Amino acid sequence: MEFVDSIVLSSCSVAAYARLKRSEGSATPDGEFSLISGLALMHYSLWSVLREGLSGGRGWTPAWRDPEPKAEYDAIIVGGGGHGLASAYYLAKNHGLTNIAVVEKGYIGSGNVGRNTTIIRSNYLLPGNIPFYEHSLKLWEGLEQDVNYNSMVSQRGVINLFHSDSDRDRYVRRGNAMMFEGVKAEYLDREGVRSFAPFLDFDNARFPIHGGLLQRRGGTVRHDAVAWGYARGADQRGVDILQNTEVTGIKVEHGKAVGVETSRGFIRSKKIGLACAGNSSRVAAMAGLRLPIESHVLQAFVSEGVKPLINQVILYGAGHFYISQSDKGGLVFGGDIDGYNTYAQRGNLYTIEDVFEAGMAMWPGLGRLRMLRQWGGIMDMSMDGSPIISLTPIDGLYVNCGWCYGGFKATPASGWCFAHTIARNEPHQLNAAYRLDRFATGHLIDERGTGAQPNQH
Amino acid sequence: MRIGCPYCGERWNDEFIVLGDADALMKRPGEAQFALFYDYVYLRDNPAGRHRELWYHQGGCRQWLVVTRDTLNHTVHSVETARCVAQDREAAS
Ligand SMILES: Cc1cc2nc3c(=O)[nH]c(=O)nc-3n(C[C@H](O)[C@H](O)[C@H](O)COP(=O)(O)OP(=O)(O)OC[C@H]3O[C@@H](n4cnc5c(N)ncnc54)[C@H](O)[C@@H]3O)c2cc1C
Ligand SMILES: [Zn+2]
Repeated sequence: MEFVDSIVLSSCSVAAYARLKRSEGSATPDGEFSLISGLALMHYSLWSVLREGLSGGRGWTPAWRDPEPKAEYDAIIVGGGGHGLASAYYLAKNHGLTNIAVVEKGYIGSGNVGRNTTIIRSNYLLPGNIPFYEHSLKLWEGLEQDVNYNSMVSQRGVINLFHSDSDRDRYVRRGNAMMFEGVKAEYLDREGVRSFAPFLDFDNARFPIHGGLLQRRGGTVRHDAVAWGYARGADQRGVDILQNTEVTGIKVEHGKAVGVETSRGFIRSKKIGLACAGNSSRVAAMAGLRLPIESHVLQAFVSEGVKPLINQVILYGAGHFYISQSDKGGLVFGGDIDGYNTYAQRGNLYTIEDVFEAGMAMWPGLGRLRMLRQWGGIMDMSMDGSPIISLTPIDGLYVNCGWCYGGFKATPASGWCFAHTIARNEPHQLNAAYRLDRFATGHLIDERGTGAQPNQH
Repeated sequence: MRIGCPYCGERWNDEFIVLGDADALMKRPGEAQFALFYDYVYLRDNPAGRHRELWYHQGGCRQWLVVTRDTLNHTVHSVETARCVAQDREAAS
């Protein structure tokens, strides 16, 4: 992710602002206090930017409230990451449920939604996956207008490189699978790739570049703005976002979920949705559930900022490496997970070496840049590499997990489908394949074909 | 992260390949016991804290090891050979 520091700053400043406003009491000259204790309904537009720009920015109000937990909600979402916030947003928007809380142990955006490398695409292979990810891409395309928040959706194109004849077959097959589902894919030969990215090592002795699969509608989105946009949209529809509130227990009576224990007391609800990404196993265990998931760390890197160098997202085909350029100019890239179970948000050196070696093999010029930052996030790696959005054996308890290292692109569709699943107590057709019990029934969705070994997906 | 192999001494973890939860993987049920077999293949405790796991010292002695490691901070608490662990388990049962 980019701008780690600015995330911390902005979330803190929102909270600080809310505190400041509260301490000022209701006598603020412009009556903003009611916006804070009630709903922050400020609409963002070119006009509001101009007005605030000319008036010293004094009229901006917090993007969401900081409410006290109620005793009971119609639905509780545990986890204020992208998926949890999107779920709450679509529960309110599509299903009319507005008495909802999102319970987040830290500040929103502190998890993977603020740590990922921001890539969105829908170039999947298997039937259960393509329609879901395509739905997500369509939601991304309308997201900014929908939530009235600039999340910098940039459809700059995603190119997957291939380096041998069999690799080419594999990507042609994937492109065809996409087109069967109505998702446009373009085959690029060597010169086609060169027209986009002349700086790559086309004649690498071991892995020369033969061509690529291009999805033009893929690209990047400013990750933390996604969390903030959904948070604000949900808040405006009445959703309580409870930050710094850790869920410590899930109460189940006679096979039915009845509420959650939190660091701010017990909160009752008959519908509880878990969207805890890397911590899914720990939270599900509070309800006695064991999940087909291991937690692993994925690292990412940002270089010093440079002028525009690379206009697409490019994925290396002979190893795990992908790269794009942020709007600030830093090259943002990553590769494989470290491969061992961990909850520490940091990785080890050999993975870093591996990522850089792959990067240098694909784009030797990278060696001229200095690295600025590196970090890790905890992935909920599932046993078949595909996600779970599902009912559970416990009535009123729903899980949304198993996103592995690719759940950012899924954020809108995940929230959309999870909201449907929670509101109707049954999955939507789009997430029908993502059942928790598919592992028992043998209906796995194994894109990589590597079997029940989470660190291989 | 370094792992102290009983044969080779302390080595960087890139010499090793990790398979996963040792307690889950070393208790292979009969295939006829469907529910147990499903648990064995797919379900994991995935704890935050101490975790016993199977590591293979590929870049060294090529022995399977049971490493007890803290998943919160990567501290390695103990390393035994998988053979010893299996023998002890057999002796105990
Ligand atoms: C380095 C890196 C790069 C990535 N790159 C990409 C990419 O390019 N494209 C892509 O599609 N995906 C990518 N991903 C994956 C993607 O970020 C995740 O799959 C996705 O963000 C997970 O969903 P989330 O946003 O809801 O998770 P999170 O933001 O992690 O949200 C989960 C939340 O649950 C909270 N929580 C946990 N336990 C509790 C509790 N007990 N009580 C209350 N709250 C709790 C956490 O604090 C956290 O905020 C990447 C991930 C990483 C780490
Ligand atoms: Zn050894």
